This record gives sequence, C-alpha cells and structure tokens, in this order.
Amino acid sequence: MFRYLIRRLLAAAVILVVISMVTFFIFFALPNDPALLACGKTCSPNRLLEIRHSLGLDKSLAMQYWEFFKGLFIGRNYGDQSVSIHCSAPCLGMSFQTDTPVMTTLLGAFPADLSLALGSAVIFLILGVGLGVIAAIRKGRFADKFAVGAALFGVSLQSYFVGLILMWALVDKWNLLPSPNYTSLTDDPGQWFTGLILPWVTLVVLYLALYTRLTRSSMLEVMGEDYIRTARAKGLSSRTVIFKHGLRAAITPIVTIFGMDFGALIGGSAVITESVFGINGIGKLAVDSVTNSDEPVILGTTLFAAAFIVLANVVVDLVYGLIDPRVRLS
Amino acid sequence: MTMQPQPTGTAGETSLSTDPAAETSPGTPSPGGAPTITGRSPGRAAWDRIKRDRVSMAALVISVLFILVAIFASFIAKLGGWGPITTDGKAINPDTGNYPYGTLGGISAHHLLGVEPGTGYDLFARIVYGLRTSLLVGFASAVLSIVVGVIVGLAAGYFGGWIDSLLSRIMDLMLAFPQLLFIIALTPVLQNSLQTNIHGGTNENLRLLILVLCISAFAWAYTARIVRGQALSLREREFVDAARIMGAGWTHILFKQLLPNLWAPILISFALAVPQNITTEAALSYLGVGVVPPNPDWGALLTDASQYALQDPAYLFIPGILLLVLVLSLNLLGDGVRDALDPRANRS
Repeated sequence: MFRYLIRRLLAAAVILVVISMVTFFIFFALPNDPALLACGKTCSPNRLLEIRHSLGLDKSLAMQYWEFFKGLFIGRNYGDQSVSIHCSAPCLGMSFQTDTPVMTTLLGAFPADLSLALGSAVIFLILGVGLGVIAAIRKGRFADKFAVGAALFGVSLQSYFVGLILMWALVDKWNLLPSPNYTSLTDDPGQWFTGLILPWVTLVVLYLALYTRLTRSSMLEVMGEDYIRTARAKGLSSRTVIFKHGLRAAITPIVTIFGMDFGALIGGSAVITESVFGINGIGKLAVDSVTNSDEPVILGTTLFAAAFIVLANVVVDLVYGLIDPRVRLS
Repeated sequence: MTMQPQPTGTAGETSLSTDPAAETSPGTPSPGGAPTITGRSPGRAAWDRIKRDRVSMAALVISVLFILVAIFASFIAKLGGWGPITTDGKAINPDTGNYPYGTLGGISAHHLLGVEPGTGYDLFARIVYGLRTSLLVGFASAVLSIVVGVIVGLAAGYFGGWIDSLLSRIMDLMLAFPQLLFIIALTPVLQNSLQTNIHGGTNENLRLLILVLCISAFAWAYTARIVRGQALSLREREFVDAARIMGAGWTHILFKQLLPNLWAPILISFALAVPQNITTEAALSYLGVGVVPPNPDWGALLTDASQYALQDPAYLFIPGILLLVLVLSLNLLGDGVRDALDPRANRS
C-alpha cells in the first residue's frame, strides 16, 4: 500500500513536470515576445533589452525552463541587484502586470474556488445519485423518463445562459438576492452563503445531469447481476438490496468521475461560472490574464489547475481500494 | 437512451443486427430463413431503429434544418434584408441609450428577431451567420479529432508493446490537462505568433482555424481511447490472423480490415462530439477568446446581451434558447445514433 502510494505520487510528479514543460515551451517558445508585452506601447529598444534581460528572456529556452523549474523549489530573484524582488518557493514566476509573485495571486483566488466546488459538489452529488437511483429502479416508467429527459436537457444548457438568466431574474428584476460575490466564510458566513447561491445553482445544473445519467447506467448494470437476484431470493428487503448491494457496487465509477471533476473544479475549471458572476477565483484570473497578456499568470493558473487534476487522480485510485474490496492496490 | 420505449424487434432485426461486425449485404435473404425474413446490413438496421424512434427523428429534422440554414446563410440572411454587420440607425433610439424601438427587442417586419442594442445590427442576420460559424467549427473539429483519434487508437491497439504504452501515456496526459483553461490561454498566443508568420490569412479565418485546432487537440484522446479498446479485441480475431498470414501489410490490416469493423463506435463518438465542440466554441466566444468581434457568434451575442439584459431581455433569450435547441437536438440525435448502432448498451 505504502509502496503503491509512492509509485503513484512519482508518476503524478512526472506527468506534472511534462505538463509544465509543454506549457512553458508553448507560451515562451512561440514567436511571441513577452518582453514587448511587459514593456507596453511606448517602448524604446534599450528598455526592451533591459526588460528581456531582467526577465531572463535573453537566455536559451532550456536555461529559462531550468530557472523556472529551480524557482519552484528554491525560489528566485527578479530584477537587478539594485531593485530585486524575491519570489519565494514554490515560485511560479512574477506577474507582468502587478509585479507580485504568481503564487500569491493564485493562493488569494483559491478559497473562492474551494467554496464554489464544495458547495455545489454536495448538492449535485446527493441529488444526482438520488435521481439516478430512482431512475434506474423505475426504469421505463415516468420517473425514469423524466430524469433522463431532464438530464439531457441539463447537459445541453450552456452554463453562462443559465447564469445570465438567474442573474437577470433573481438579482436584476426581482431583487431577491444580492449581486453574487465571494466573501470569506470566516468573515461573514451569511454573506458567504447568499453570495454563492447563484454560482452553486449554476454549477449544479451543469453537473447534475451528468451524475444522474452516470448513476442510472451504473445502477442498471449492477442490478442485472446474479448476486442481486440472490440477495432478493434470500428475502432481503428491497431497500437493503438497492443500497447495500446495488449502490455499494455501482458507486465506484461515480467516485472516479467525481474525483476528477472535483479536482478540476477546485483547480479553477469553473471558468464560465466565475466569469458570469464575477467571482474572483482561479478561472476568472486565467481569463483576465489572457485579456492582459500576462503570461506568467496564464502559465501559473494552467499548472495550478493541472496539479489538482493529477492529484485528484491519485486520490481517486486510493479511495477505490477503500470502497471496492475487489480492487487490490499493487 | 431513448425517451420512447423501443418496440420489440421484428424477427428480421434480431437475426442480424446484434453483431455489428456481421458481414451481410442489404437485401440478401438470410440463409435458410423463411421467405419473410430478409437480411439487413447493420447500417440499414440502425437506420430503421432511428426511424422508429420519434424523439430521434424530431432531433434529426431540427438538426438538418439548422444545417441547411447554416449552409445557405448568405441567401437566408438576404431574405431578412440585412447583413450581419450593417447598422440600422433608425431602429435604435439614441434617447434611451440606443435601445431598440418597439417591444421584444425591436421585433418587427423589418427585423425578424429584433435589433442589437447599441450597434443597431439586425439580430436575424447575425444569428444566421453565427450559426454557420458554430456548425463549421463544431463539425470541422469533430472530423479532425475523430481522424486523429482513430489513427492513434488503431495504432495503439493493434501494435501494442511500446507503441501502445507511449500513445496511451500521451492520451492520459491530454486528458489530465485543464482543457478549457488551456484553450483559453492558447488561442491568443497562437493567434499572435501565427499572425506575424503567415501572411495573407485574414484575422477571422485564422482565428477559426485556431479554434478548430485547439478544440480538436484535446478532443481526439477520447476517441483514441475508445478505438484502442476495440482494436485490442479485434486484433485477436481470426480474420486479422488470416489477413496477416496472407501477407497483408500493417496499413492494409489497420485501414482495410480493422477500420470497417469500427464504424459504429466512430460514428457514435462523432455524433456526440459535434454538440460538445459547439458548446466549447460558444463558451470560448462567450469568454472573449473565440470569434473576433464584430463577427457574429452565438456565444459572443450572449456576452453582449448580458450588459443589456435588464432593459432588453429578448436579446438575451433569443440566442440563448436557439443555442439550447441546437445543442439539445444534436445531443438527442447523438444519443439516438448510439442506441441504434449499439443496441446492447444502456438498455438492460
């Protein structure tokens, strides 16, 4: 078990290094001069050279990546001896726009994503699995057709359209809710809750459909197995059969997908929801940094998000062994 | 998944359609069968199944309508009388902050779907042209990702060994990328670098090309995984051994022996990829990294509409609902295609 964990973590680290390389080379190797962007519109050739030097852009690409990589573990210093800014480890670089370490900005945005992900995940997981189980048990009947139809409808809805309609109806027109924004839970739990209701609902609409469909098909498969028939035959109550025998086995693929979705969500993949409601999370940070051509921030957000997806994969594999005794981790 | 319960299959259907790899030609009577039982090719059987499913048929009709509107966009927009970026100054009221005259966003005989606030563009023309962009990007990226995914998947599944390990790792890597974030980041970077290098291509067409490339760059891995799994089991079959013994080269085995047996999963992933890609494209345009303004696009229309939603909700609802109908009908059609081609899936 311990050796398995070490091996999985090593593999995850390798994937992350490869992702960081690919991302780094795409953003810095393409004929696209970050120094020119950092310098602004009125830029003298001398100033451009200076900026190139201070950003380390006059070195070879491999050197640049090495500096970046080293910065992740030991931090690095930017600028000349006179005006030096220290970026402590793990250093993902400095923002061109604000001259602050990218990591600081990311950590500032992270709590918003955590709140978004946790709140919505609780709702869509409970509702989605519940609806899916009901649909599977009542297969072919009204409840099933309704759940399946609603799920396909939900999959086809665009999250920004849902968000914009919710904003239009509940905030602008009828003033039922305050304008959504993120307040820290420790600052004011009431505001935290009311400010995040609409983003949560939007994310739930987006994910609920997927989990209903997934649970339904997984349950249908399991309920056709022989051991379910055996359980029924020996006279167990149908609740025991459905939840202890059926759902227990059907939940495994759902946990896999959920782990990945949750990892992606806290890593900032709720880009659209954040943009619609103006929540200052990692997704919105990414969009804003693209608009400002702030490449270190773009690189940082992408790596940050990738790290969560890869980590989620490892966690999912571990949880697998816990919930499904048939899986042996080795 | 279907909304309608499927009628139990006729004798002809059950005799031949369960194995997609079965080689039967249309119209050939099944050997030794009663005269009423005629063999149908798997394709024919699938089509018959779709025809019996009312939801899929409705989705097919709506999807075809959308596609026709997209193909004849310039002609249909002319019927409305306006171009996608021609301003009608008389339709908007400068005293109210350039909101359109009249109700429901200025819907009138002149402007079938109303007018954009602020600019005075005709919404009908913009929607018709925007549809063309959506479908063009959606279909082109689906085709590209399927072609790449099929080739990679076939190679990985058939050759096995280190080729399979390498290709599978690359697939894992692609699926581990935060896709939407990455496409958002990549699009402007590619645009900047290609713009200076390639002369002649206009901004807009280049952007469309970049969108297609970016979307397919992340979509192919899904297809490749499915195809790899199928190829893994197919390569153990006797007809592949037979071909190999007869001295067929690997290109022949991959594309002449394996590929024809894979058209069902390929068609299914294509049908499900198109609405997915349209959604991605619209989302990118919504976020401002898609189609270059003022060129029309449904996602970008919604961004614009969000500023005017309180006074002019029709401008928000018209493109939003149309986008929902388009993606919903393509999704329903995709589901119908899957049910028809793979009768065993999801119907236990």
